[in-house]
Amino acid sequence: MIRTFSESEFLFIVASARWTLLLTVLALLLGGALGFVVALVRTSRLAPLRMLAAGWIGMIQGIPVLMLLFLSYYGLSLAGVDMPPIVAASVSMALYASAYLGEIWRGSIQSVAWQQWEASAALAMSRAQQYRYVILPQAVRIAVAPTVGFVVQLVKNTSIVSIIGVVELARAGNLVNNATFAPFKVFGTVAATYFVICWPISLLARRLEGRLHARRPG
Amino acid sequence: MGGFQFQFAPVFARSDVLLEGLWLTLQLSAIGISLGALLGILLAMLRGLAPGLLRWPVDAYVELVRNTPFLVQLLIIFFGLPSIGVKLTAEQAAIGAIILNLGAYSTEIVRAGIESIHRSQIEAGLSLAMTRWQVFRHVVIAPALARVWPSLSSQFVLMMLSTSVCSFISVQELSATAANVESDTFRSFEVYITVTAIYLALALAMRGLLAGIGAVLFPKGSGLGRLRAQSGR
Repeated sequence: MIRTFSESEFLFIVASARWTLLLTVLALLLGGALGFVVALVRTSRLAPLRMLAAGWIGMIQGIPVLMLLFLSYYGLSLAGVDMPPIVAASVSMALYASAYLGEIWRGSIQSVAWQQWEASAALAMSRAQQYRYVILPQAVRIAVAPTVGFVVQLVKNTSIVSIIGVVELARAGNLVNNATFAPFKVFGTVAATYFVICWPISLLARRLEGRLHARRPG
Repeated sequence: MGGFQFQFAPVFARSDVLLEGLWLTLQLSAIGISLGALLGILLAMLRGLAPGLLRWPVDAYVELVRNTPFLVQLLIIFFGLPSIGVKLTAEQAAIGAIILNLGAYSTEIVRAGIESIHRSQIEAGLSLAMTRWQVFRHVVIAPALARVWPSLSSQFVLMMLSTSVCSFISVQELSATAANVESDTFRSFEVYITVTAIYLALALAMRGLLAGIGAVLFPKGSGLGRLRAQSGR
């Protein structure tokens, strides 16, 4: 039986955005924590550690998000635990985010002038104190704009987890399309919802970027 | 983990299926990326040449594509176009979506490159009696491309990886054939490890190839090579 695309279908799609947002937030929290470690290891004084982090970043950035999702999904089920798909979905998104955020934050840490390291070392600060009081506060300012920009990529890539049955925006669109067969209306609504989420974040990232450049002379 | 034992043999026995998928992934990537990049460069140039007329529509296209998922673009093309009478195979829809998607990202990247060219460069070119076209070709476009080549390369690799999403509309590329092999052998984890390794090798090879192309197009020791090196990571 073919249903028509009415208000209830529209609301079902828009409301499923809460799963897209939840996934994004989970991936940001988990992936952010992991990515912070990746960034610190990537800027470590020990070359083998740096190479390890570089390898992680290079590997994740060379793998489709879809494969990360399948590996998390089947890998976790091999561990013997029966978990809802949202767990595998969050894990894969977090792994994906860890590499990209790690790389963004490595760049931010390294763009703090090297004299800052020397000056703080000359004040007899420990490595941890240097990070805490001198380097990170400056790196954070540089990192904000590209990090916000990456959130857009993250929101969009959560659409891929629809394949393991998490009913987020893209999956909701598929379900409604199968019932109504009004693809333009259905996927138009889906696309518009993504756009409403992503565009303000993109604009914010651009504004932050502009402000950063304005404050730094030269 | 219990008694799980890795068994790759049943997966490798289906390597012919996976190779067919790989071949389609390579075709999708090669056609989609070259045409998508071409579209992007063209739109960025047109936008630069006639900003009053074309800036608005080009920017709208770029923003729309960059703020919606590739998957949704693919679904709109694959399900939407046939519903208004345009007949499409899944492969054609996939190629179309790749071109549309990469076109927008390339437009944005090349635009940034064009806007990084200082006005004084153009004035200098004109004062040397170069024609407007010569200035555009040698002073604006070539240095802009040299400067953004590393960013374009990363975007191309990302697009190649994203072709895996085309399996959603049952295009039989590498990830889709992986799913076929999985349902034949039930060695899910092994199949996806194998295919992930193939994608990784492909991404590394592509990074090398694109760096090579960059070195040929914008050779070291030339001004263009210097611009490329400055923006490289």
